[in-house]
Amino acid sequence: MELTHTADVEAFRTEARDWLRAHVPARPLPSLETAEGFAAHREWEARLHADRWSVVSWPEEYGGRGVDLARWLVFEEEYWAAGAPGRVSQNGINLLAPTLFDHANAEQRARVLPSMASGEVIWAQAWSEPGSGSDLASLTSRAVRTEGGWLLSGQKTWSSRAAFADRAFGIFRSDPDTPKPHQGLTYLMFDLRAPGVTVRPIGRLDGKPAFAELFLDEVFVPDQDVIGEPGQGWRIAMSTTGNERGLTLRSPGRFLAAADRLVGLWHAQGDPSDGALRDRVADAVVGARAYELFTWANASRFAAGETIGAESSLNKVFWSQYDIALHETALDLLGADAELAEGEWAEPWVFSLAGPIYAGTNEIQRDIIAERLLGLPKGRR
Amino acid sequence: MRFLLTDEQSDFARTVRSLLGSARVPPAVRAWADGDAGPGRALWARLAETGLFALAVPEAYEGVGPLPLELSLGFVELGRAGVPGPVVESAAAAVLLTELADEALAKRFLPGLAQGEASATLTLPGGSPYALDADAATYCFTVSAAGELRLAAGRGKVLGSTDPARRLSLPPAGGGELLAAGPAVARAAEVAGRWARLLTAAQCLGVGEALLARTVEYAKQRTQFGTPIGSFQAVKHRLADTLLDLEFARPLVWAAALSPGPGEVAAAKLAAGEASYRAAMTALQLHGAVGYTEELDLSLWLRKARPLRDAWGTPSACRAEVLRSLTPRRR
Ligand SMILES: Cc1cc2nc3c(=O)[nH]c(=O)nc-3n(C[C@H](O)[C@H](O)[C@H](O)COP(=O)(O)OP(=O)(O)OC[C@H]3O[C@@H](n4cnc5c(N)ncnc54)[C@H](O)[C@@H]3O)c2cc1C
Repeated sequence: MELTHTADVEAFRTEARDWLRAHVPARPLPSLETAEGFAAHREWEARLHADRWSVVSWPEEYGGRGVDLARWLVFEEEYWAAGAPGRVSQNGINLLAPTLFDHANAEQRARVLPSMASGEVIWAQAWSEPGSGSDLASLTSRAVRTEGGWLLSGQKTWSSRAAFADRAFGIFRSDPDTPKPHQGLTYLMFDLRAPGVTVRPIGRLDGKPAFAELFLDEVFVPDQDVIGEPGQGWRIAMSTTGNERGLTLRSPGRFLAAADRLVGLWHAQGDPSDGALRDRVADAVVGARAYELFTWANASRFAAGETIGAESSLNKVFWSQYDIALHETALDLLGADAELAEGEWAEPWVFSLAGPIYAGTNEIQRDIIAERLLGLPKGRR
Repeated sequence: MRFLLTDEQSDFARTVRSLLGSARVPPAVRAWADGDAGPGRALWARLAETGLFALAVPEAYEGVGPLPLELSLGFVELGRAGVPGPVVESAAAAVLLTELADEALAKRFLPGLAQGEASATLTLPGGSPYALDADAATYCFTVSAAGELRLAAGRGKVLGSTDPARRLSLPPAGGGELLAAGPAVARAAEVAGRWARLLTAAQCLGVGEALLARTVEYAKQRTQFGTPIGSFQAVKHRLADTLLDLEFARPLVWAAALSPGPGEVAAAKLAAGEASYRAAMTALQLHGAVGYTEELDLSLWLRKARPLRDAWGTPSACRAEVLRSLTPRRR
């Protein structure tokens, strides 16, 4: 066991840091949950891509650098520490791309991945439906066979940034007559501007308009946009949810950087006699370190060829609770200014509040932890 | 000790509650957030008919008060319904002017506030520098650290709050009409600040109750895995804990209304503020993604909970006050 990186990992860190120092916008971009911010973030994705920093862990042929997990984690640390913009491509990069690497054919990878890496095509996740959130397998949107492809109908909802995104990926019921809800589902990609698609923006809690629901009326999708075998959608989708819950969606670098900013805020306006607040700032620092080390332990397991299953639920519960605690501490430090919507911490706080809901609610994650990691009996569900 | 409401007190609360229940409050809140105070003002006018605003004003100036317990009960209902506007500040301004005991000032402002014809916002030393809803209030009072009470001239630019229905602004520094100055102002401001804290606590309680009630209803109706989510233990326990928090904040609010010393009021604000914020977190979590949208009316209460928890005394300030108010026991 050791706590230091090899010299070549550190060299990679320096290279990333130098690039970021030279290129990160001096002033924060407008929120990526707004039309204006979305466009600005898309440009930033293109900038990253031009020097091959947008998807460092991908193979070079798709625009990456083919680096290992350790280097990816180091890149993330540097990325967030540099105060670089949030990733508007994250649903594509974190959720669809791993699915494509595992389940798509060569033609699909060659067609989809490069434009994802460059920010030219931004992807939205269309999984949830009004009646199917936690119980995703109960979904009712249909994919009906037609000449050369499928016709999608139904309603998807709470699709992050779908109001401005270009394409979406989701699961659809292609065989309504299977004995179990998890069967007869097909995983497809579709164009958000295709005939038959209506995108209705839904204001989030802070009113930002990028969330959306999608109404699909016989939207044609060619066979080449089916991922894996028709009917195998559930298995394919589940093989990648670990990414969403686990370390790729919320790398430790994010929290290390946030904890660092919190400490800065404490020094700027903390009252040294307020021991309770000081303790919470310290807890945030310790929490970020714990998450960092936990992640490195997992990464080391991956490197040794092990796989991680239900453990990703531990990540999810930890980071989502940690994120809220950190931001609440910042608000408490800000006092009356915490309420200002344009403050530096307001949007990240509002965003943190959603953490225990998306990527599988924390109640569901705790059930997974209790049943699969602790071996407790399965509850009624 | 008979620590229960009288029939009259319960009746009053019920009257306010049914009035607000039949009024269309959510559209008024949304209009308020958009800078249209019309529907909100109409709501205030109907509230005035219940005598609510008169409860903070002495009889000599067309009021019926001061009656802090009745007023608190009314403010629980304002919170429950999500009524927008500087309600707390208007009552606190009335208290400030009453405490000053300046006949001319009292005559000039109190009758209008008692009748609900006028509203007021105010900033006090040690409180937030931002005035709430100054653009909609009839008067914007400020008390400076030096103990000058002024009627601000003009309104500062509106700054967005994380609750869009709370319109904040910095009152223009200095200037405006000087109404009074000196130690009497500082003393009156101290009392007014305590009332503001008490009434905010009551409002928090109402906000928490509304969040809990809506979430319980939702948990009975929303089904996942073929069963109402309210049947899952994780959901039940969070709702049960929310009820516990609120029910143990309520007696503190009543006690503070009966005996509004700094420690009692701080305890009430601490407990009610934290209970309602936790109720908001539970409501958001148990509603899942629909709870995270501004379209659902639930958002009107969700967004209120945090600013109200911090208004007129953050939990940390209240804890400090609780400890300050305790006289060390001699052995
Ligand atoms: C900010 C945000 C972004 C999102 N982005 C996307 C996106 O891009 N694409 C997409 O497809 N979806 C997205 N979602 C939707 C998200 O995946 C769902 O919200 C989530 O699956 C929960 O479903 P639900 O909202 O229907 O809640 P429900 O499933 O209705 O749950 C309501 C409550 O009941 C609880 N509950 C449900 N079942 C159980 C059980 N068995 N035991 C105990 N408790 C239970 C839940 O934990 C929750 O507290 C997003 C959501 C948010 C908030």
